[in-house]
Amino acid sequence: MIPGPFDYQVAGSVAEAIALLDRYGADAKVLAGGHSLIPLLRFRLASPAVLVDINRLRDLEYIQEADGVLHLGALTREVELETSDLIRRRYPILADTARVIADPVVRNWATVGGNLAHADPANDHPATMLALGAQLVATGPAGQRLMAIENFFTDSSFETTLQPNELLTEIRIPAPSERSGGAYLKLERKVGDYAIAGVAVYLTLDGNDHVTYAGIGLTNVGPTPIKARAAEQLLLGRPLEEAVIAQAARQAAAEAQPVSDLRGPADYKRAMVETLTIRALRLARSRATGGASR
Amino acid sequence: MSIHHIHVTINGKHYEGDVEARTLLVHWLRDSLRLTGTHIGCDTSSCGACTILVDGKAVKSCTMLAVQADGRELLTVEGLEQNGKLHPLQEGFHVEHALQCGYCTPGMMMAALALLKRNPSPSEQEIREGISGNLCRCTGYVNIVKAIQYAAQKLREPQPEQVPAGSGGGGE
Amino acid sequence: MTTSSAGPHVHGLGEPYKRKEDARFIRGKGNYVDDIQLPGMLYGDIVRSPYAHALIKSIDTSKALQVPGVVAVITGKDLEAAGLAWMPTLSGDSEAVLAVDRVLYQMQEVAFVVAESRYAAADGAAAVEVDYEPLPVVVDPHKALAPDAPLLRPDKKDRQPTNQIYHWETGDRAATDAAFAEAEQNGIVVRQDMYIPRIHPAPIETCGCVADYNTATGKLTVWMTSQAPHAHRTLFAIVSGLPEHRIRIISPDVGGGFGNKVPVYPGYVCAVVAALKTGRPVKWIEDRTENLTSTGFARDYHIHAEIAADKDGTVKALRVYTLADHGAFDAAAQPTKFPAGLFHICTGSYDFKHAHVAVDAVHTNKAPGGIAYRCSFRVTEASYLIERMMDTLAREVGKDPAEIRLQNFIKPEAFPYRSALGWTYDSGNYEGALRLAMEKIGYEELRREQAERRARGELMGIGISSFTEIVGAGPGKHFDIAGIQMFDSCEIRVHPTGKVLARIGVQTQGQGHETTFAQIIAAELGISPDDVDVEHGDTDTAPYGLGTYASRSTPVGGAATAVAARKIRDKARKIAAYLLEVGEEDLEWEPGRFYVRGSPSKGKTIQEIAFAAYTNCPPYLEPGLEAVNYYDPPNLTYPFGSYICVVDIDRGTGEVHIRRFLAVDDCGTVINPMIVEGQIHGGLTQGLAPALYEQLAYDENGNVLGSNFQDYLIPTAVETPRWETARTVTPSPHHPIGAKGVGESPTVGAPQAIANAVVDALAHVGVRHIDIPITPWKVWAILKEKGLATA
Repeated sequence: MIPGPFDYQVAGSVAEAIALLDRYGADAKVLAGGHSLIPLLRFRLASPAVLVDINRLRDLEYIQEADGVLHLGALTREVELETSDLIRRRYPILADTARVIADPVVRNWATVGGNLAHADPANDHPATMLALGAQLVATGPAGQRLMAIENFFTDSSFETTLQPNELLTEIRIPAPSERSGGAYLKLERKVGDYAIAGVAVYLTLDGNDHVTYAGIGLTNVGPTPIKARAAEQLLLGRPLEEAVIAQAARQAAAEAQPVSDLRGPADYKRAMVETLTIRALRLARSRATGGASR
Repeated sequence: MSIHHIHVTINGKHYEGDVEARTLLVHWLRDSLRLTGTHIGCDTSSCGACTILVDGKAVKSCTMLAVQADGRELLTVEGLEQNGKLHPLQEGFHVEHALQCGYCTPGMMMAALALLKRNPSPSEQEIREGISGNLCRCTGYVNIVKAIQYAAQKLREPQPEQVPAGSGGGGE
Repeated sequence: MTTSSAGPHVHGLGEPYKRKEDARFIRGKGNYVDDIQLPGMLYGDIVRSPYAHALIKSIDTSKALQVPGVVAVITGKDLEAAGLAWMPTLSGDSEAVLAVDRVLYQMQEVAFVVAESRYAAADGAAAVEVDYEPLPVVVDPHKALAPDAPLLRPDKKDRQPTNQIYHWETGDRAATDAAFAEAEQNGIVVRQDMYIPRIHPAPIETCGCVADYNTATGKLTVWMTSQAPHAHRTLFAIVSGLPEHRIRIISPDVGGGFGNKVPVYPGYVCAVVAALKTGRPVKWIEDRTENLTSTGFARDYHIHAEIAADKDGTVKALRVYTLADHGAFDAAAQPTKFPAGLFHICTGSYDFKHAHVAVDAVHTNKAPGGIAYRCSFRVTEASYLIERMMDTLAREVGKDPAEIRLQNFIKPEAFPYRSALGWTYDSGNYEGALRLAMEKIGYEELRREQAERRARGELMGIGISSFTEIVGAGPGKHFDIAGIQMFDSCEIRVHPTGKVLARIGVQTQGQGHETTFAQIIAAELGISPDDVDVEHGDTDTAPYGLGTYASRSTPVGGAATAVAARKIRDKARKIAAYLLEVGEEDLEWEPGRFYVRGSPSKGKTIQEIAFAAYTNCPPYLEPGLEAVNYYDPPNLTYPFGSYICVVDIDRGTGEVHIRRFLAVDDCGTVINPMIVEGQIHGGLTQGLAPALYEQLAYDENGNVLGSNFQDYLIPTAVETPRWETARTVTPSPHHPIGAKGVGESPTVGAPQAIANAVVDALAHVGVRHIDIPITPWKVWAILKEKGLATA
């Protein structure tokens, strides 16, 4: 498994990366952690003319909370999310997600931005970011552009609304308000696998345990990452009781579009969305109300 | 196809050479530098046989381009032994019978090294998760876990004397 | 072997002596095939078929030849012109080295590109243009037998007019049928269909070779991933026409084999042809996808099994029909006499009076194989079916699975035991192993816990497997590989200073032969294993042997080694008598030394004797101290064990969690308990793998699914439980040191313990069988059907 020929350019700054992307356009691919791209090259399923390596852009590796927003540099390695005190304490859903991505060695190099920008419906961060209502910063020749995560993915697998000369540079996540919490649960055939199904939920509760914010994202049960909007709507304004949880989980399952493959038949995957949604909602409720974090 | 002249420090030694952009780091190490202790077991960064440390972090060298290593510091299995003294992980793998065919062993030790750097006192479960990116077909992992525990213990409480493992077995 | 308090501590049999081979591996100084780099070496890459069944209309190599660095492209037509387009398989079929006019499975070899580097070879392979005309594909072996099925092997239609490779049966059909008729009337009959899927050994090192032809001397040296270098040398000589003494096969360090490295693959032959053609060394190394999709698979048995028993569950007769999917070429690894290998060990540990087994084997559009993946020629299939069936019988008569086994075991006093299907079991104590396992794991308590959990709605299962293995082939009169009898060999040289070099005909792939064989010699000669170096794998130096697979190293090679060492000791006695001026009969042996009976201080150590053999040899003896033994075993050995597995099932997802797994093994005399335990851990993990994870699946078009490690699911340290082990020791009466072999027992015994545990967890709602791999969705479908699914 040997990659076909390509040229390689290393970007010394974000501006340089943008300039390179602007010059090569659709012939270029951004090389971040490379754990999706390099296997594609090795199987000769992708044959870009040039790789633009952004791994030297240390100024895209950061985890900072400021002004009520968590800022994640797009090049933040998964291991940093997994082990950051701030993330574990304030955003356990992100630690949940990072620690089930591939394996520990891969996570040393794999990046959160790459996990999103590859737009693989089997990747884990898209669901989590959909649940959190993240915003993404795309940087291009004309400067920065902010977009909601749900506007980042298109109706096609492996496709985003990034322009060929734009780089995903930052992910912004609203800081948790009082009585909010989330969880990401992933069912996999074995450790390191892509999900059979994955469910991310994020909730905010009012003083009466009624839901004031609900975000639900689904992994690998459709051609794209899925935001379970109807299930979210169903939760809003309702008390987070078992009957409501069950109803929302059924709705989330209905919004999944799984197909049968080596990870199981479609009906199983749909049922797993229901099971995982129930479990994730219970865990999120527990976290939101100050219960056990796991 | 661009050619790049790279400089890399490996096991404390400086190496340089011309590489094609597409040259995988593992091929450069093995075929050009003849550091053949790092192995190849798959094409999908699944098996971990090619695990090395890059700037102190474990990386699968089959999923990194050689050109990406330019200017970085690498550690491969050949760099574990220092001044004729085995690293506690090498010792542990021998003493606890944590290897059979030996093919996954270098990658497994390098992943374990990275794990112990981050977490000097891992639980059994943490060790198992820590090496979950490295496949072994021979040992069933039980003795690998013990070997890493052995090394963790040794690294926490450095002993002046280390068992010279290797040179002709050792019948303790 | 007892160690005299007076003698040196020799680290002989039964001691956990640390491995000698570790020294190089822990330093990254192993020498695997891909580590070999010769001056001027070229690299080969294979063009493979994307279709499972197609005619090759044309192959255009012109673009490939223009790729910078490409030296040559070899096609099937080129090989045909040289008479090398076909090669014999281990089952006497002919396999295409490179397809000439048709391809029969996806990823079949079509052309071989030779280039100055790996990268150029890959570029060249990508540039070869092949025009295919797709043909109808046969994936389902049942459909391969249909009258209108396309004939997949027109090349041999004269001797095999259909897709059926063979029909084979054994046992007394009439007596078996009569026992079933009787049981239908007055006893009970249980039946079950089961499928043991196609899986792959998937050693972490793939297959590969470096072929080097010296044009000056006419000598061909091939470094290759071989479990059987001598047999491969002979096959190479037959295929290539080169004189056998001008072929040297070197199997260097091998990164796991598990049966995968027993056959000869087209890549090896292509590399040799390319080396002959170019006059330069040629390296060919598979990638993982090539390994999984084109080299020897295992299992793929569709089994129907029936037991006839008395109403109380006492077994009477076993009847088995199997449809075996061998893929496009019959490349199964098995002795000529037994086309289904040792599958007819399927009466297992139980005293069946009658049995009958029939097997039909067919071609399909899948990769060839049928190799013994960490098992002795289809024993895994046999053991799985009988252990599953015993559980089914237990349910039917309302007995505990342990009770039904204890009731039906072959009794210890019945050995040597002749089975209804003709095997003579050497020794065993099956009840002893099961009772130890039950005691160690706390069986009764677990059953109580299970009942309590069940009352609370939790699903917990306990599974037992009380398997019998059959390993250590020969005897040579019954067992062969491609006609060569399955003996094995050892040559020992004792140097003048008493240090020893031993060379053996078996070939390690991680089993630790350099250590355990040194211990055998150490025990026999009373010296330290430090003083014994063991070599293997080089056909120019090692004595002829059949290699390592089917757990035959210790039973056959180990026996040869012990006997060779005893020859050394016999000669040493003669020399000692001469040196001490006494009769041989006046000498006593203690480890490391002969002494005069009654005068313990008057003696000669083995080192003194060795020195004398070269400096002061008795005039009536040949000088020197060397011995060779070629050992043809009188019988196979029959290791056994009882495994107990405890599982918990997640009612929300169908996931199976192995809570505990205890393995009690009996492999006779233990040479090195540390290594034996390591073999058991590894074997159990390769038993876990097919039980819950691994399968090489195909879609209806013959596309391989699961062709890399992202989809071919090898368990990691997280899925693998912390194995628990224990041991009983029942030596083999016919083996020189009583050893039976152990490497494969756990792979043979484990899958059904796990399957039985999962079925046990669901038995109360009527579940009797789930085919492996037991995936979460298979379990969940049952939970849903039975109303047990819940978040």
